[in-house]
Amino acid sequence: MATIKFSDVSRVFERDGKDFLILDNINLTVQDEEFVAIVGPSGCGKTTCMRMAAGLEFPSSGTVKVNDIQVSGPGPDRAVVFQQFALFPWKTVYDNIDFGLRGKGIIKEERESLIAHYIALMNLKGYESAYPHQLSGGMQQRVAIARAYALNPQVLLMDEPFGALDAQTRVVMQEELVKLARKNPRTVLFITHAVEEAVYLADRVVVMTSRPGKIKEILDVKSVREAEKWDQHSKIEDVMDQESFVHLRTRIWKSLREEHAGADH
Amino acid sequence: MKKALSRQHFWSLTITGTIGFFAFWYLARALHFSPPQFLPMPHEVLFKLVDLMEKPFAGATLPEHMIASLKRFGMGFGLAVLVGIPLGLSMGWFRLLDDIVTPLFDSVRFIAPVAWVPFAALWFGTGIGGPTLIIFAGAFPPCLINAYRGARNVEVRFLEAASMLGVGSFKTITEVLFPAAVPSIIAGLRIGAGLGWLSLVGAELIVASSGMGNLIVRAQSALATDTVMVGMIAIGAIGVVIDILIRRIEKLLLRHRNA
Repeated sequence: MATIKFSDVSRVFERDGKDFLILDNINLTVQDEEFVAIVGPSGCGKTTCMRMAAGLEFPSSGTVKVNDIQVSGPGPDRAVVFQQFALFPWKTVYDNIDFGLRGKGIIKEERESLIAHYIALMNLKGYESAYPHQLSGGMQQRVAIARAYALNPQVLLMDEPFGALDAQTRVVMQEELVKLARKNPRTVLFITHAVEEAVYLADRVVVMTSRPGKIKEILDVKSVREAEKWDQHSKIEDVMDQESFVHLRTRIWKSLREEHAGADH
Repeated sequence: MKKALSRQHFWSLTITGTIGFFAFWYLARALHFSPPQFLPMPHEVLFKLVDLMEKPFAGATLPEHMIASLKRFGMGFGLAVLVGIPLGLSMGWFRLLDDIVTPLFDSVRFIAPVAWVPFAALWFGTGIGGPTLIIFAGAFPPCLINAYRGARNVEVRFLEAASMLGVGSFKTITEVLFPAAVPSIIAGLRIGAGLGWLSLVGAELIVASSGMGNLIVRAQSALATDTVMVGMIAIGAIGVVIDILIRRIEKLLLRHRNA
């Protein structure tokens, strides 16, 4: 059982002696094995939400709890996939994945088979001894995802993990993540500004307002996906063609557009 | 703005400069600017160098003096590296250590290495201890400062990734901070080796009974200008070789990195 619970969370940044409210009273619970995506205009604080769950930042008021325990710092129970991958350039693919496992007291043989499993799952076979700079962006992010999954975390936190990838690679990665997430369900908090991505991947989509970020609405995608049997399509474009998908996407788009209009004026 | 020189242009200027230098040297001698014992001709210096390879001066041949100096250098520089790098990296990681060491360090690092000579001689003698301390005094600050700066400038995302992976302090220092700081550390080693080598020669001028510094100061007393010049050239050449070796090590360490 792993849940993430934001209770009355606000976050204030101080700059030049002035306080800026960037997150305003966030209340959100991500249920066990639920995949929740947060979408919102840039600067709305969605990344800050994820970072608070990771323990890399802390709320100014309110609490963030994972499994009913207040988050006090980062740890391998909450694996993070960063937008800029954050692989160690001086370590091979294998060593990047192994780095977190070595501290967990797992014997070498077990680590080896675990790493082999995720390397196969993420289509990285043959690249074990490659260095990150020798890989494409998509492959680097696969390594980062493999590294996160191999920790066997209770919670996965992803901060625009496909944001730095080109459009084609992005689609492939989205399909792979859906397969992975359905096969190995985890509690996931996924940050993105791409509406399609959120609707395609998530069980619920949280729409945020522009700064100060508040939760504007939460949409239940899972019930629609199950009712309309999206998962029988293996290709993202077939899912995106579904009327129910288009409907949800348009609804979120409109909701976000209001925020952009609000931010511009 | 100055335009970059073409390769040909560069070499022609280099060769012209070199020829000009030696021409001036011979000319100075031909015009009797200075008595011959104070201004040996270039080829005489070269012959002296060959001569000193086998014939002892001040109790040892040139290679023996070199080895004596290099041994001292190796001790002092090695100690500076072994202490400076781990300490600098740790200071970059542990705030408390930084706050304790930095004021002490800042208050002694502006003492010129050569100014340590009398103190080092009093405390550690003129054998191996004294000169080692003086080289250490020259080489240690750049080793420490650059390891510290390299550790402080590591990209935050690497530290966040390490903490997210549950990696402890020791492994963060050895497997994240150290590799991230390698370019900065190598730059520090180059400066440190240079300063250490300079300090060594300074130390040997005063305290040692062997080594390159001792060779040239004894040659000076004997009015053997050619031997002084051979010593100076050898000191410079060894300095260059040390620098090249360190750059080689850098290439080796960074061979897997993106440019």
